[in-house]
Amino acid sequence: MTSARDGGSTIVALSSGAPPAAIGVIRVSGPKAKGAARALVGRLLEPRRATLARLRDADGALLDEALVLWFPGPRSATGEDLLELHCHGGRAVVDAVHRALVALPGLRSAEAGEFTRRAFANGRMDLAQAEGLADLLAAETELQRSTALASAQGQLSGQIGEWREAVLKLSAQVEAALDFSDEDDVEELPEGFTKSLEELGRALGNWLSRARAEKLGEGFRVALAGPPNAGKSSLFNALVESEAAITSPIAGTTRDAIERNVSINGIPLSFVDTAGLRSDSEDAIEQVGIDRAKSELDRADRVLWLGPEGEGPRDAWEIASRSDAADFEPKAGARFKVSAKTGEGVSELKVALVKAAGGTLPKPGEAALNARQHHLLSEAHTALCAASDSTDLLIVGEELRTVRLAFDRLVGRTTTEDMLDALFGRFCIGK
Amino acid sequence: MQRYDVLVIGGGHAGVEAACAAARMGARSALISFDLGAVGAMSCNPAIGGLGKGHLVREVDALDGVLGRAADAGAIHYRMLNRSKGSAVWGPRVQADRVLFKAEVQRLVQAQANLDLVEGEAAALALRGGRVAGVEFADGAILEAPRVILCTGTFLGGVLFRGEERFEGGRVGENAATRLAEQLRAAELPMARLKTGTPPRLDGRSIDWASLPEQPSDDENWTMSALSERRVNPQVFCAITRTTLEAHDVIRDNFHRSPLFSGAIDAAGPRYCPSIEDKIHRFGDRDGHQVFLEPEGLDTHLVYPNGISTSLPVDVQRAVVRSMPGLDRAEIVEPGYAVEYDHIDPRALTPDLQLRAIPGLYCAGQINGTTGYEEAAAQGLVAGLAAGGEAMGRAPPKLDRANSYIAVMVDDLTLQGVSEPYRMLTSRAEYRLRLRANNASSRLTALGIAAGCVSEERRRWYERREELRARFIAGFEREVGAKDLVDHGLKVRRDGGQKRIEEWLRHDGIDLTVLQPWIGENVDQDLELAQEMAEDAVYAPYLARQDAELQDLRASEGLALAPDFPYAQVPGLSNEMVERLSDASPPTLAAAGRVSGVTPAALAALLVHARRREAEKADSAPKAA
Repeated sequence: MTSARDGGSTIVALSSGAPPAAIGVIRVSGPKAKGAARALVGRLLEPRRATLARLRDADGALLDEALVLWFPGPRSATGEDLLELHCHGGRAVVDAVHRALVALPGLRSAEAGEFTRRAFANGRMDLAQAEGLADLLAAETELQRSTALASAQGQLSGQIGEWREAVLKLSAQVEAALDFSDEDDVEELPEGFTKSLEELGRALGNWLSRARAEKLGEGFRVALAGPPNAGKSSLFNALVESEAAITSPIAGTTRDAIERNVSINGIPLSFVDTAGLRSDSEDAIEQVGIDRAKSELDRADRVLWLGPEGEGPRDAWEIASRSDAADFEPKAGARFKVSAKTGEGVSELKVALVKAAGGTLPKPGEAALNARQHHLLSEAHTALCAASDSTDLLIVGEELRTVRLAFDRLVGRTTTEDMLDALFGRFCIGK
Repeated sequence: MQRYDVLVIGGGHAGVEAACAAARMGARSALISFDLGAVGAMSCNPAIGGLGKGHLVREVDALDGVLGRAADAGAIHYRMLNRSKGSAVWGPRVQADRVLFKAEVQRLVQAQANLDLVEGEAAALALRGGRVAGVEFADGAILEAPRVILCTGTFLGGVLFRGEERFEGGRVGENAATRLAEQLRAAELPMARLKTGTPPRLDGRSIDWASLPEQPSDDENWTMSALSERRVNPQVFCAITRTTLEAHDVIRDNFHRSPLFSGAIDAAGPRYCPSIEDKIHRFGDRDGHQVFLEPEGLDTHLVYPNGISTSLPVDVQRAVVRSMPGLDRAEIVEPGYAVEYDHIDPRALTPDLQLRAIPGLYCAGQINGTTGYEEAAAQGLVAGLAAGGEAMGRAPPKLDRANSYIAVMVDDLTLQGVSEPYRMLTSRAEYRLRLRANNASSRLTALGIAAGCVSEERRRWYERREELRARFIAGFEREVGAKDLVDHGLKVRRDGGQKRIEEWLRHDGIDLTVLQPWIGENVDQDLELAQEMAEDAVYAPYLARQDAELQDLRASEGLALAPDFPYAQVPGLSNEMVERLSDASPPTLAAAGRVSGVTPAALAALLVHARRREAEKADSAPKAA
């Protein structure tokens, strides 16, 4: 039996969205891709050129007329021989072509992430790029897409490459001072060593203080709070309705409060409607709800306070709600006056929230760090600071070695299989 | 016909350690040399140890090798290099009297049980069915043995260069083993050429010592070997002089007469102890280079001017020497020369230094592309322990990059190969903080005892020391309050609380001496041990961090790559990667990661393919009923 993750077989998968669609792109990667082209198309194809061809199965039955592209390895997306069939996107057509392909000897359906894994294994991308691609493919909002694209295109990898060079240079200076100081051709540490070290530390610090990639998935959290019947639920509905829902909340977080993830102008926002806050409740169950509401308020990036003025959490935005109601009580310090019923103030509030969110989320086109990357970069940063603080050259050398190790792990220069499995398991089949 | 388990060709530092190590493992061994009187000769600098090299001496000693004891027997000058830095990079180094050193080596070799000495010219290897079967001598005699260790140094295809002159041979006055070289060439082993050189030897009586700054021996009592109780010889001093601009001009004017620049030698020389013409060529802007004048012995007037190794013609050498302070009337007794020699690409070797192409043939020392006595001795030890162990069906001590410089060197050589003569440096050891010259016995002697390569004398010494260590550990675990320390005039914060002594040792300005009253054991019983333990305490947080790293490393050490691993069949490996990996034949995935130029992507591809092969093997293996 062959493990499914081997690199020797030829894999097949639909790489475009689920049918029916306008077109269905089926990719075939591996040593038998050429044979597959010959079997279905009946002739050899010119490399990297789109050709219109009739696809036939082994019995000669016509399957589809498709646009066919042939990329001989290693100059292909996976680094292997790669065949792309742009078929008509109907379910039956896609299924038939897929069936005809996997019926060929040595071809099989791909597993999740297998195309990307091969691209990584064949040196077409490093780990940080692969992570970016995984994020890119999972992106639901414009902002997620543009930050993930930056990673996939190697923005982070390039930056780490530069830092790595700089650290290697510093290490070489330390090592020269340690190993050759008794031979008169080498001086002690050059002037400017500490300065370079500190500059590098600051550069890493800047990246670390950037907004994190997870924030893109979670979105900017906005909690609506106030006593019962303050109009939270109506405002909640007014804020989320007609906005594009985001379907993939981050796994593992419990959401007892009602929560909706939406994308407004490409920015992910997460609205939470909390239970009414009442400090005098004697109902145990309600008390649990209130405790959760309080923790939601702590977690939120921004609280919209619909209760009596000044009684909300610190830094909450005072909202005067139900501006249409007869018994409307204006608040002197209200930032927004809104009515869920008439829509008054709702779009202004949305614009303000999107603006506030922008400051806490990664900038468009800037690679953002995920948790793994952030952890390793922090490790490197801590070691750099420790190196600046030490006067023992041996310790400086050791700390710099730690920095290099962290960088290596960041781009996958040292990898463990577990990590690779975890990463490539995130991909849809066919990517 | 005499049969042996292990034959060692060559009586230099590698050969001596190899022969003695094989014999200590219990194997019937013989050392073969052109001239048994030359066994233990120091062909170059009469110094043992130095930065990185001192670590190797102590490690060889910890496994009961010869080098450290011989160094102490010959030592006429002790110096701890790099004293101003952390102890992990201190480099113990001695000047040794050639005669005393050689006499001690010969005494130890002769006293070694299971070891015969055979004089004769080893002309060729006897091979049978592709395996080593013994050694053929020039006179036609054959000694049979299933394992042969080649420690032939620069004797292999060596050519001497001095100006326009050429000589065949290793050292001056000895024959080069060219027949053996031809045989190895015929076996199509990957081979290349390197060069090394020596400076002219001076007559000490013609040196104006009084005008030069002295460098006295350290006035401490440390020794190279753990078994040497004290320094035995009168200590001499070295002197320091410098090359001058005048000398640099003379050298520059004669570049065309140096075989290095005339194109006669195109092999790579060491970057780390380059010839003087190389230094002038590459660091032309410097106004002088230090030269250490090192007496070669107590009963000789020969002086070794360390720092001016050269292959310039004799008249130029004389002019250069005489332009230096204190040397204006110096006489050259033996001019310097360069040697170009063949070496085997060490990537053709297994981690126990056996040639993959010729099972049973081991190689150690300069033949593997290294420079230096210490590097040679350490390889001899590795090959001797492996060959001897194999003969006896016992495993040699398990050395790895985290427990010894020896393993760092062997790993570097067999995975990365060499592009210049390989010299040990502390920066080559990533786990440098735990690999100190002063803790070699603690790191390795127990492994040696378990493997059976350590003598009774050293075993007893080690066990006594371990008993003392246990008592010191108990002392180091005692708790002392900050207040207590302050009351004794120590500068710590009064509110620092209770801490164990090993924690207090990490504080600036607090050391063993000031803590002695609380330890409960007198550290003077073995101050070196106590200091070693104090350093362990200081570095403990870093070592703990390394432990986590080592766990990862050992996990990938667990994925074995067979010597015949089909790299060419791994999809996605470029031809370059296939070539690099096939040449080095790394034994594990972790080792593959250390092969130079192997990319992360290639490693990932390798990982995936190796796992698949393992799974296939497991599936095709017959199932137990």
